[in-house]
Amino acid sequence: MSLACRFFVPYTMADHESTQTHTLDLALESSLESVDLAEAAILHEAGALGFDEDDLHKIGISVRECMVNAVVHGNRYNARKKVHVKVSRTPDRIVISVADEGEGFDPSAVPDPLANENLLRFSGRGVMLMRAFMDEFAVSLREPKGTEVRMVKYKAKA
Amino acid sequence: MSVKLTTRQVGEVTVVDAVGRITLGEGASTFRDNIRDLAANGHKKLLLNLAEISYIDSSGIGELVSGFTTVANQGGTVKLLNLTKRVQDLLQITKLYTVFEVFDDEAKAVRSFA
Repeated sequence: MSLACRFFVPYTMADHESTQTHTLDLALESSLESVDLAEAAILHEAGALGFDEDDLHKIGISVRECMVNAVVHGNRYNARKKVHVKVSRTPDRIVISVADEGEGFDPSAVPDPLANENLLRFSGRGVMLMRAFMDEFAVSLREPKGTEVRMVKYKAKA
Repeated sequence: MSVKLTTRQVGEVTVVDAVGRITLGEGASTFRDNIRDLAANGHKKLLLNLAEISYIDSSGIGELVSGFTTVANQGGTVKLLNLTKRVQDLLQITKLYTVFEVFDDEAKAVRSFA
């Protein structure tokens, strides 16, 4: 597995434990190996926060979907482009950001995968899974180019 | 771990026991190639036993759908057996429960092809 990435683990400690933030910052190659790498790194962070097995699975699959979109559809496996992954965790949540350097992605352009005429389509379900499995999901365009997906999972959200 | 498929014949039904992960990359392509080979070799009644599938992503779901349509286009049927809770949840979320017949009893599933 290629590890041609920046790997920073800065800790920001505030006075009160409830505001403690732990962040992780990765710049990954545009390859499928990076999908596995990001999933493993983020599951390590989520596991340290105490998410249960079910939530870890939901976080893991969401990260995979997001990374695949960034590598395959965003950067199109371009070796000169990176996928930027940022993770921050506080005691009650994990916040994950995945950004590519592609041409930009409009999630509203994805055909509704639940429409009867689309049920047998081969692809187009990734965004729906991320929305279903994470508590917050947002897509924005980056400057000068690219797409950023921000996802949040809360530990004890009812 | 990728996915490993083994087949066994129960009457006219080909039971495919799948073990591992069906995700983008090797897992999805192995699954696709195996199902296409079976369809090309005249296996028209496929029962996919997913009891040992630990992980499926949207690409894996796409391969399930692709396998379903490939076999259906040749006049055959694909049905599912022994879904884990996680795969059940995925089929619920994606509404694919309305597409696949799902069983948790192999004998009953085999009889359903008659």
